[in-house]
Amino acid sequence: MYAVAMSNDATADSPESDASITMNFDDTELTLGLPGEGRSPAGGKSYAKRGFIETVDLNLGSSRGNANTHVSNNSESQNGKLPAAKAQVTGWPPVRSFRKKELERSSKLVKVAVDGAPYLRKVDLEIYSSYEELLKTLEKMLTCFTLQGNDRNKVGGRVAMEYVATYEDKEGDWMLVGDVPWKMFMESCNRIRLMKSSEAMGLGTPTNSCISIRKLKQNIKRIQGV
Amino acid sequence: MLRKKMNYFPDEVIEHVFDFITSHKDRNAVSLVCKSWYKIERMSRQRVFIGNCYAISPERVIARFPELKSLTLKGKPHFADFSLVPQDWGGILYPWIEAFAKRRVGLEELRLKRMVVSDESLELLSRSFGNFKALVLVSCEGFTTDGLAAVAANCRSLRELDLQENEVEDHKGNWISRFPESCTSLVSLNFACLKGDINLAALEKLVARSPNLKSLRLNRAVPLDVLQKILMRAPQLVDLGIGSFVHDPASDAYNKLKATILRCKSIRSLSGFLEVTPRCLQAIHPICHNLTSLNLSYAPGIHGNDLIKLIQHCRKLERLWILDCIGDKGLGVVASTCKELQELRVFPSDLQGGGNAAVTEEGLVAISAGCPKLHSLLYFCYQMTNAALITVAKNCSNFTRFRLCTLDPVKPDPVTMRPLDEGFGAIVQSCKRLRRLSLSGLLTDQVFLYIGMYAEQLEMLSIAFAGNSDKGMLYVLNGCKKLRKLEIRDCPFGDTALLTDVGKYETMRSLWMSSCEVTLGGCQTLAEDRPMLNVEIINEDGQIDFSADEKQKVGKMYLYRSLVGPRKDAPAFVRTL
Repeated sequence: MYAVAMSNDATADSPESDASITMNFDDTELTLGLPGEGRSPAGGKSYAKRGFIETVDLNLGSSRGNANTHVSNNSESQNGKLPAAKAQVTGWPPVRSFRKKELERSSKLVKVAVDGAPYLRKVDLEIYSSYEELLKTLEKMLTCFTLQGNDRNKVGGRVAMEYVATYEDKEGDWMLVGDVPWKMFMESCNRIRLMKSSEAMGLGTPTNSCISIRKLKQNIKRIQGV
Repeated sequence: MLRKKMNYFPDEVIEHVFDFITSHKDRNAVSLVCKSWYKIERMSRQRVFIGNCYAISPERVIARFPELKSLTLKGKPHFADFSLVPQDWGGILYPWIEAFAKRRVGLEELRLKRMVVSDESLELLSRSFGNFKALVLVSCEGFTTDGLAAVAANCRSLRELDLQENEVEDHKGNWISRFPESCTSLVSLNFACLKGDINLAALEKLVARSPNLKSLRLNRAVPLDVLQKILMRAPQLVDLGIGSFVHDPASDAYNKLKATILRCKSIRSLSGFLEVTPRCLQAIHPICHNLTSLNLSYAPGIHGNDLIKLIQHCRKLERLWILDCIGDKGLGVVASTCKELQELRVFPSDLQGGGNAAVTEEGLVAISAGCPKLHSLLYFCYQMTNAALITVAKNCSNFTRFRLCTLDPVKPDPVTMRPLDEGFGAIVQSCKRLRRLSLSGLLTDQVFLYIGMYAEQLEMLSIAFAGNSDKGMLYVLNGCKKLRKLEIRDCPFGDTALLTDVGKYETMRSLWMSSCEVTLGGCQTLAEDRPMLNVEIINEDGQIDFSADEKQKVGKMYLYRSLVGPRKDAPAFVRTL
């Protein structure tokens, strides 16, 4: 029902055909040239439809040679699958850069276990830029959980005294929060546990147990927000 | 005959009649009737819309419209949104503020899109216009929270401060505490796009002394307990943007919030949820049945069943912005719940192209079947079929805006492996009121033939990786009589298409062509023929040698009509031919 201006029968083929984009229009192909000029001038440049693959696949050697289509080609090209599908082209998909930055914001979500709590929580370490900010959030979590606890815990706001922040690092060891620089902590932290300080007294190796205790106290102070 | 009749009325009466004519198009038409009407119209025009800030100079705007109170300005071309325009291309606000201040324009409202706004310009603005009321910045950049502080501190009658998706350098805001105690006139405050901390106490106090506040959009730094306090102060809110919605659902603070929300019976528009504990969403359910607008496109934390449950409460929704993690099934729920839906935007949640979360043609078909009032669509999807588009066209002939984006820009119909020409052809043939169209997927010249034949009302067209030859572009230029903006990237359109009808571009606002086949010579020919056009070549990597071979391909060309010739603020990498 729609007027068909040119025959597209040269196009794809059977459903089994390779999902390659370079479809062959051959005879129906329109080329750029002045009226009356024949095809394939000596210059040899093909003005056929610029397939996406020509733009994106640097291995084919783009005929344009201008760097406008920036591509990071991190794809596998096995089993005839279109490699271009995984490559990234500047400005595609067309999403505002503000929105793009929001989406690409990596999040480092780690589980937080609070001793005695019925369920775990999660925090996104990416949104904090220092221990202070993280510990503030952890303190809030403590308040949520422990205020439902018994009266002993509610005495004089000293709830936080009961807990110490520890974390499991990439090697599976349980460490005290606060020892290493923030960025290092963020990269190596797998999950966090707010441990009852009565249990935590044994933390720290014999060689730096003094430092551990000092850090422990500092830690507790920080959690209290002092 | 007419002249006799109109002389019967003094100018004041005609002016009063003109007061009822508010649309820019109508006022422009009125001004062309005769000299007398031109004069009356220009002296009474208060709202001016300038779609391209380089089409005219601020001095000439003031000269023609001395009573100007409200200005809308757009700067960079649309494709700047997608990083196709280099950083320092232009679109600078300062000269406009400077000129307006110098001539003591009584500016009250300023709406900007894709402009470069410096702190200096905001400071000058805040000091120069005593009656300044409304500042709306969309997709702008170049300013910091210091600029906002100046606006807060100096604009005594400020009613509206609306920041949408701007890149703002955050100097960790005490800007909000710069609103003086005497400032009680705020109606709309939107700072959702700011990344840094905000002075929460100052914010609460500001809300408390703003009885007219109707629209409030918070950023991520405002936690749930503060939200609750704010809502206590402003139960009259109509539009709410939630920053952080994270809390233990068993806590007192959360329960307080639940109760407070029940008092907010006027909320019709909801957005944000920049971080969220899904189980807290229950608190929102009671107000969902009144919502007409819901924007969850920045809330990846809401998905799956939580999302569906939320939507099932929103029967009156007219506008929905969502992420594609809603899935086809979720869109089915939208289709069966939101019968009043007019505008739908589905954004991609995974830009790496994993395709896991994406929606397909199924979701769109369901929506078209279930939502008869739909007229505006933005749909990012994994795939699309001709059959689906044909069905959508049959179901919904009301589209005014139809933008479809397949994540792979040249993906054919996966069922037939054919181009999507027929599908889009069906859309343009069925939707006679279509004004804006964006295409994607595998497309040949055929689709442009259909567009030229049927899209009679089309004003804006966006094309990427499509077409076979110059014929494609020519079909569009010849057929679409109302075309105003045409933007093309990575298509095989060259000089023949560009130069066939050079007069056409003077009837349009602008043309963008990047990574196409146009040559330097072709652009030069056009520029020489049409002095009313600024033909800009953006040469950021210095690839083009302007003294050499005119057969060089031009990487990026942006042309637009202008009354003031080549702009004087073009950076070195922009050459106006």
